[in-house]
Amino acid sequence: MGALLDNLALLRDGFLTTLRLTLISAALALVLGTLLGACRVSPVPTLRGIGTAYVELVRNTPLTLVFFFFVFVAPQVDLKLPFEVSAVVALSLYTAAFVCEAVRSGVNSVGVGQAEAARAIGLTFMQTMSQVVLPQALRTVVPPLINIFIALTKNTSVGVGFFVTELMAVGIRLTNRFPADILTVLTGIAVCYLAITIPAGVLAGRLERKVAFAR
Amino acid sequence: MTTGASSGEPLVVLAGVNKHFGDLHVLKDVDLTIHRGEVVVILGPSGSGKSTLCRAINRLEPIDSGTITLDGEPLPEEGKALARLRSDVGMVFQAFNLFAHKTVLHNVTLGPVKVRGMDKAAAEKRGRELLDRVGIGEQADKMPAQLSGGQQQRVAIARALAMDPKVILFDEPTSALDPEMINEVLEVMTQLAKDGMTMVVVTHEMGFARRAANRVVFMDHGKIVEEADPETFFTAPRSDRGKDFLSKILSH
Repeated sequence: MGALLDNLALLRDGFLTTLRLTLISAALALVLGTLLGACRVSPVPTLRGIGTAYVELVRNTPLTLVFFFFVFVAPQVDLKLPFEVSAVVALSLYTAAFVCEAVRSGVNSVGVGQAEAARAIGLTFMQTMSQVVLPQALRTVVPPLINIFIALTKNTSVGVGFFVTELMAVGIRLTNRFPADILTVLTGIAVCYLAITIPAGVLAGRLERKVAFAR
Repeated sequence: MTTGASSGEPLVVLAGVNKHFGDLHVLKDVDLTIHRGEVVVILGPSGSGKSTLCRAINRLEPIDSGTITLDGEPLPEEGKALARLRSDVGMVFQAFNLFAHKTVLHNVTLGPVKVRGMDKAAAEKRGRELLDRVGIGEQADKMPAQLSGGQQQRVAIARALAMDPKVILFDEPTSALDPEMINEVLEVMTQLAKDGMTMVVVTHEMGFARRAANRVVFMDHGKIVEEADPETFFTAPRSDRGKDFLSKILSH
């Protein structure tokens, strides 16, 4: 236990870094993913093409490779970002591809008649999406979204290989320093991840009930 | 009160309209003019293209060739111009299509507030008046799923009216209703017709066609086969296909 208790400040910093990476990346991925999702269902072929290309490219690339790109390749074209910012960019772009697909499936779950009725009263495509389709899509999108954000929480640990001192990095540093306490240290780190993901699951359950309505 | 005069100026003009669904030629060189204040009922066997024709008028179905003009303006391709034009064309669907996540009142006020930029309070006042007019004022704060089919369809009519449309399209408005609910919807529609609303109605309700239509358009296999005033069409149809159609539906 000493390995953890004597290094609470380090552990706390790691936890806060992981939490920060998760929250900022989740917010950015949600915005970008929703926009991409709107592209994928839009009536404009070019936008649909952009959405599809993005998803196919990013979803099928290992996250580690995306990190590599922003940490090692981007500086070669004079795009030098602090390591944590690079991590946020990589995580956001990567997660947005999954958010996009969740949003698209949610939009498809809303009957086509809803969008037709919205267009028939003169709403534009954006208004149809924001006023009629997305609020109803939310109901089916919340469960997959929370899975995506839980995966994101854990994906932040890829940052360990790219100079970001998040939870996993703290864990590795402590196990190197206290090899005898490896089990304690790793359990402690796991509990820290749970402290983020379990409340996220609870929040999702509440949200799901809140957006439910009879059809 | 005017019983729509077919002498009104042309409001909706379709000229040489063609439409395919894959290999299926669903609209074949359709020419049709609907005048202001006129009630046109489109009849025909299923698959005759009558719903497609109705949906083409506000471009829910894009057409392959030909032109459609509304109040002298050609239908725009997409985007804001099309949305603006659609706001002047009411539409009532077979499946009602009320916004499931909004109350009855908000179904009616969404268009006026978001499209016309109307003040929310004014829109709600107007919305309640319209709901009273179609006889469901007391249901204003319920969700659509809590209403019967007939009530939902009357909300849909109020939603269309809220935009002060130049014309309302009815795409088989009573086909999804239980028999006992058909009349309450037809009564609202008949009253609208008497009030001088321009209406295009795709329906199988021959009683409504006889009572409220100024003109009956009979379609078969994507073509307009016959146009006549309802009395002439129902008592002395000129075309063989018209006769055949009437004999099938009026015999029982």
